[in-house]
Amino acid sequence: MGLISIFANFWLGKLNLQALPPNAIQWFGAILMLSVPIGLALLLTVKKKWKWLYKEWLTTQDPKKIGVMYILVALAMLLRGGADVMFMKTQQSISVGHNMGILSASHFQQIVSAHGTIMIFFVAMGLMFGLINLIVPLQIGARDVAFPFLNATSFWLFFAGMILVNASLVLGDFAATGWLAYPPLSELRYSPTVGVDYWIWSLEIAGAGSLLAAINFLVTIFKMRVKGMNFMKMPMFVWSVLGSLMLVAFAFPILTVTLGLLALDRDLGTHFFTAGGGGNMMMYVNLIWAWGHPEVYILVLPGFGVFSEVVSTFARKRLFGYTSMVWAIGAIVLLSFLVWLHHFFTMGAGSDVNAFFGIMTMIIAIPTGVKIFNWLFTMYRGKIRLESPILWFIGFVVIFTIGGMAGVLLAVPPIDFQLHNSLFLVAHFHMMIVGGVLFADFAAITYWFPKIFGFKLNEKLGRFTFWCWLIGFLTSFIPLYILGFMGATRRLNHYSASLGWQQLFIVSAIGAAIIGLGVGAQILQFVVSIIQRKNNLDTTGDPWDGRSLEWSTPSPVPFYTFARLPHVTERDAFWVAKRQKVEDKRPYEDIAIPKNSPLSMVIALGAFLLGFGIVWHIWWLAVSGLLTIIATIIIRSMDEETEYVLKASDVERLDKQYRMQTKTRETKLAVEV
Amino acid sequence: MSEAVTQTLNIIKSNKLIAKYDKDARDIFGFWVYLMTDCVLFASLFAVFAVLRHNTYGGPGASLLFSMPYALVETIILLTSSFTCGLAVLSAQLKHNKRVLFWFIVTFALGASFLGLELNEFHNFIAMGDSWRRSGFLSSYFVLVATHGLHITLGLLWIAVMSVFVLKRGISDLVMKRIRMLSMFWHFLDVVWIFIFTIVYLFGAIRV
Repeated sequence: MGLISIFANFWLGKLNLQALPPNAIQWFGAILMLSVPIGLALLLTVKKKWKWLYKEWLTTQDPKKIGVMYILVALAMLLRGGADVMFMKTQQSISVGHNMGILSASHFQQIVSAHGTIMIFFVAMGLMFGLINLIVPLQIGARDVAFPFLNATSFWLFFAGMILVNASLVLGDFAATGWLAYPPLSELRYSPTVGVDYWIWSLEIAGAGSLLAAINFLVTIFKMRVKGMNFMKMPMFVWSVLGSLMLVAFAFPILTVTLGLLALDRDLGTHFFTAGGGGNMMMYVNLIWAWGHPEVYILVLPGFGVFSEVVSTFARKRLFGYTSMVWAIGAIVLLSFLVWLHHFFTMGAGSDVNAFFGIMTMIIAIPTGVKIFNWLFTMYRGKIRLESPILWFIGFVVIFTIGGMAGVLLAVPPIDFQLHNSLFLVAHFHMMIVGGVLFADFAAITYWFPKIFGFKLNEKLGRFTFWCWLIGFLTSFIPLYILGFMGATRRLNHYSASLGWQQLFIVSAIGAAIIGLGVGAQILQFVVSIIQRKNNLDTTGDPWDGRSLEWSTPSPVPFYTFARLPHVTERDAFWVAKRQKVEDKRPYEDIAIPKNSPLSMVIALGAFLLGFGIVWHIWWLAVSGLLTIIATIIIRSMDEETEYVLKASDVERLDKQYRMQTKTRETKLAVEV
Repeated sequence: MSEAVTQTLNIIKSNKLIAKYDKDARDIFGFWVYLMTDCVLFASLFAVFAVLRHNTYGGPGASLLFSMPYALVETIILLTSSFTCGLAVLSAQLKHNKRVLFWFIVTFALGASFLGLELNEFHNFIAMGDSWRRSGFLSSYFVLVATHGLHITLGLLWIAVMSVFVLKRGISDLVMKRIRMLSMFWHFLDVVWIFIFTIVYLFGAIRV
């Protein structure tokens, strides 16, 4: 018996049958979770598409495809995070008085933590890096990113982190500690299960991916802009991405350290954040927010960039106040590192410290306000086309302004003492993240979809989606402000009937259901648009009368991206080029294109095994994961032929073919009309 | 003479060379950015150490634990290894393969002995019962110094791999670029160690 248990201990660590889901609801989640990969695998086998998947997608180094994969994963995770919402809202609407609702307290807390973690790291970050991959090289006139292999590796690390988070649905549990896992609750003593470990390692792995991606795109933006595009001629989206990635480069190492120290506390018995032993748990809160506050701006800055592009395109005017926009981004980048303490005014740092951080927080509203006004002035006297991308912008302005004012209110320390940890705060940050990030990403998907896939999305369903989201969102979150004033705290799984909160919670749940309808409409929008794609083909490569370089390529963008590198003399380079109508007579040249490689995936597999092994204390697995990573990097370093050359003559042939196709499509369309 | 100049100019003008130069500059710049993120990582660990350094929880403090001569020897060894690493780069520029290998071996030996000394110090502390479990101060000391040690270990692995490259493939442009990056990495670790030496050991020696 003893021998068997030693044997099991070695091979399986802490993993045993008790790791399987304990009750029907959690089994349901697990089976739902498992059915997705199994279903996909079956579909691929039946359709005999494995080889295609491997060659075209899994091993690709093309940022355009990597971007699409990021966005697909992020949208799938949006559904997962959304399913969490449905559970939470149901629980909160019925769990009053004697009724304990459908979820146990611990399971409810796990769902809340998973919702936050997934929405921030695997939805918002995924959409952001997806868009960066798709659009940044195109907008700066580059054919590729600085380090294509590293780029693919970043994506696969993100993917490995995502798998680890979702594995917790099937094996073991997830952190019940909130999305930032404050100690001492997240220490081994109070959270003895593997939940917090899953949280730590999925974020470590995905975070490493984000950091590498940031380095990659920083170099891309600094070193690979096409000739003539100096910094002050870059599109605003590129500027906002630059600001955001600088924040990633400075903030994510802090996250790596913080999570690492928490893991050491849990696994090796150090005393960084423990209540006893000379640890300092408030240090954790400081460290995590020194990353966490910049993270908010990491997410929202690219969103601002998207709106800058969308507003100037759909108002058919150049962006108002370009220079002030750039300075606003710079100010936000700087200030975002000086406000972290406003997340814990109640810690007791003293009135001077609180006053400083309160004032800094209010100051950061100024550059943000500058941006809002610049967009509005861009629209002023523009010839606005009210299509769905700019509708998302208008929705964003409404929601973001309400949420922003609530934020300035919370920046006043005495008010924060009243509202800290309440649903008022929850309403505030959802308005910022959903309004500023998610709405921007939806606008971006609608806006750039034809560039990537060659046809537009269905506009009617797009509008319906928007109205569902806007109405549902306000219905869902305005009641939370009121509940917050009434004293309802966040992560509340049960309350007394005498408080009179139930109606408001039900209203909020109805709002969530309306959003759910919007999500349904979104899925329908994709399906309908794909089926009816022939009606919405983008034959020109420039469906919205765009201003920046990505619209100068045919849609969908060919794999070599630019047949000839564009020529830039001014801002809104493509807009200028269209007016000048000069025919490009420069010769074509050879293009070096990175070869596919499966090794990015292997590195991420190693990272997954490493993470999974540490979570369950399966040390042989963790070590083999680590060795896999090291060996793969060495093997990759031996390969000197990582690129192939597309001959100038081939580029010319393909480019002319593309242009011919465009023409025939146009004539076809004319006949149909 | 003038013919040679025009020839060189023509080579430089040819796009291929410029593209290659651009790519190398890009790679080196990327490595700089990576080093800066690593710098933030160490900065965070230093901050943690600064917060926890008086939290001895009844255990030994810095002045009781650390031996200055020992840390000084470690420092001198590591600084010397940086110097020999620089010599390896110089030899590589002159394409002296054997000299590069020689200096790599010297650098590796110095790095390995630094690591050995560090592990020995850890071992002594642990044997006395003063492991990372003892107090917040010791936790932060062990993790800060060991993170540096882990970087040194990776650096040693990298030196070994590069030595094989030099041996098998000679000093191609690619190998040269990587040797440059390796030396940047190694110097960076030296700088970090100087901070560790100052903040952990020197400040620790001052009784407060």
